[in-house]
Amino acid sequence: MSENIKMKPATRFAQTGDMKDYAALPAHVNAENFSVFYGNFEAVKNVSCGFSQGLVTAMIGPSGCGKSTLLRAINRMNDLIPSCRAGGEMVFDGENIYRRDIDVVSLRMRVGMVFQKPNVFPKSIYDNIAYGPRLQGIQSRSRLDEIVESSLRQAAIWDEVKDRLSANALGMSGGQQQRLCLARALAVKPEILLMDEPTSALDPKATAKIEDLIGELRGQYTIIIVTHNMQQAARVSDCTAFMYEGTLVEFGTTRQIFTRPSKKQTEDYITGRFG
Amino acid sequence: MRLETRRLLDRAFSGTGVIAIGVMALALVVILTPIMIRGAGAFVFRATIEHQKVMSDQWGRGNPKRLEAAEAEAAAARRPVYDMLAAFDAELDEMPRADRRPYKAPLRELEKELAGLLGPAPGQRTPVLIRQQYGATRWDRAQVKLGEVLFTEEWDYSNPDALGVLVKTPRVEQFRGTRLEPLFSYLEEHVEDILRPHWTFYWQFLFDTSKDSHIFGGIGPEVLGTIYLTLGAMIFAIPMGVIAAIYLCEYARGGRVISFLRICISTLAGVPSIVFGLFGLAFFLNTIHVSDSKSVLAGSLTLSLLILPTVIRASEEAILAVPKTYKEAALSLGAGRWHTVLSVILPAALPGILTGTVISMGRAAGETAPIIFTAAVSVGRPLLPHQIFSQPTPALPWNIYNLCTEHEAVDEIRHVQYGMVFTLVAVVLLLNLFAIVMRARISKKLRG
Repeated sequence: MSENIKMKPATRFAQTGDMKDYAALPAHVNAENFSVFYGNFEAVKNVSCGFSQGLVTAMIGPSGCGKSTLLRAINRMNDLIPSCRAGGEMVFDGENIYRRDIDVVSLRMRVGMVFQKPNVFPKSIYDNIAYGPRLQGIQSRSRLDEIVESSLRQAAIWDEVKDRLSANALGMSGGQQQRLCLARALAVKPEILLMDEPTSALDPKATAKIEDLIGELRGQYTIIIVTHNMQQAARVSDCTAFMYEGTLVEFGTTRQIFTRPSKKQTEDYITGRFG
Repeated sequence: MRLETRRLLDRAFSGTGVIAIGVMALALVVILTPIMIRGAGAFVFRATIEHQKVMSDQWGRGNPKRLEAAEAEAAAARRPVYDMLAAFDAELDEMPRADRRPYKAPLRELEKELAGLLGPAPGQRTPVLIRQQYGATRWDRAQVKLGEVLFTEEWDYSNPDALGVLVKTPRVEQFRGTRLEPLFSYLEEHVEDILRPHWTFYWQFLFDTSKDSHIFGGIGPEVLGTIYLTLGAMIFAIPMGVIAAIYLCEYARGGRVISFLRICISTLAGVPSIVFGLFGLAFFLNTIHVSDSKSVLAGSLTLSLLILPTVIRASEEAILAVPKTYKEAALSLGAGRWHTVLSVILPAALPGILTGTVISMGRAAGETAPIIFTAAVSVGRPLLPHQIFSQPTPALPWNIYNLCTEHEAVDEIRHVQYGMVFTLVAVVLLLNLFAIVMRARISKKLRG
């Protein structure tokens, strides 16, 4: 119930697309003068923006503009790259996640992620989904069964795999694998879902399915999606961030960005003059 | 480049490849065939009645009634031999002393050679050494022994400019005109009745202890010792190696210390095994005294050091080959570092790790130098599991070396040597096969 009340401004905004309604939304994650460096190279330059709760925010921009880096900064996946460090603040739930004493593991449980290429584990479908819940200490078989089923249903793949849950996940098609990855991320019950070009390795049919899913998950999760496909951004997102060479050029409602961009660069990119 | 040139180059390249493979296959056949054939001779051979006697006396094998019957027949065939010898003795007694003399030494030699072929003469006191209590047990050896009875061998060094020439003269010449003259033709004709050769499959060769330093019996203690040493080496090397590899791949930040460590590991992999052997003696036995004498424990530790670099390297390669996306997925689901390693990376790297470890296991099984000073003895009983901490053991690689260099009767036990080589090669081959099969099965499971 409480969630429904929280979602109300989001719904209203989704219907009106009005910046006034948008401003009333609480930001779930806030980047404040946030920068990311690879060695001496500044991949994300002093970005400040907020990702609102319950909305789908798309990040667009040409290759190498830093959008993926910014996305991966939100659950600190960039930590895997030894030379990578961050400046400024990334505030999630009132806390800077780059503070020294932050627990990265519990952060990642709250911020789920779906990657560019489907990266299912070479385990059974069931074990793939149950991996996250097991990490959280859930051992009871019936509880796990429940989570597996609900996650797979949420990812709209339950009917396709319910009879072969013990089969190796690598035997599925690419589209199915990506939806399994989505289900696996949902099984952890995250608050935020990061998607790094989730459909770039998929065919149009599988892409449509993923896009439908994003539409269904909208409102329940704060979704941030990086995409190269501008039509996709226009189709699935409420807000759009346009990045270019590490800087955030423009951030606004998707309707505004795609109809009346305020910056020349944004307009050029959206109309296909470069990028 | 012109089309013809390109084609020519392509053809030349594939041709070279085919030749290389062909040469390798040929080398393999040339090396393995004699090992297999001659090694099999330790297990499958024509055994004489003496072999049956050894089996019955020393191990209580075979049907005693049937053996008795066969022995009786063999004894009947041998009686003329001993009768002729007795007759010759009587003849000598009748001779004047001066005539008797030239026969003395040849007779003693003949009796010695006969004992080698047939065992001690009936009525003679049982010799102390087991090897002297029986005649030739193998038909191939029996034929050599028969040759020694029938011919005397002498080296002719009369030409100082050339190598010595072996001159064989029929022994019968020494006894021409005596009652012993028919002995030689009788032996030649009736040797099969006397020794009763028949095909045997002596599979117990693998498990039997040796009698009288490998003259009779099998290679049980050696096989067991090799198993102990290899398993011991693996017990130390696998956990250490895999953990080190995980650390190097997943935890260590690249840095000078780590790259120096990597260089050290590669260097360690190239250190000659004898150096490891001496190190094992100096460190494990003389410095930290893991045991009072050479022991399986000290040998295993030394072998584990020897294979550690290989295990680390193979595991490292396998871990690095695991797609990075698995790791990302696990981390994004809230797995800690060690949990990611344990639940995702290690299972995916298992085929590679397994191959590496089994190959190094084959190496540990076959290494000689590291165990010379730390674990191996040439003759010994099979060890009980609790004795491995304090007792040395015979082991296949060391005993192969020992039998062909230091044994006092090398010619008598060639078949044991070949049997050992055969067993060792077979063990290594089986281990590698096992690795291949396991790898295929796990990979298949991982691929789905």
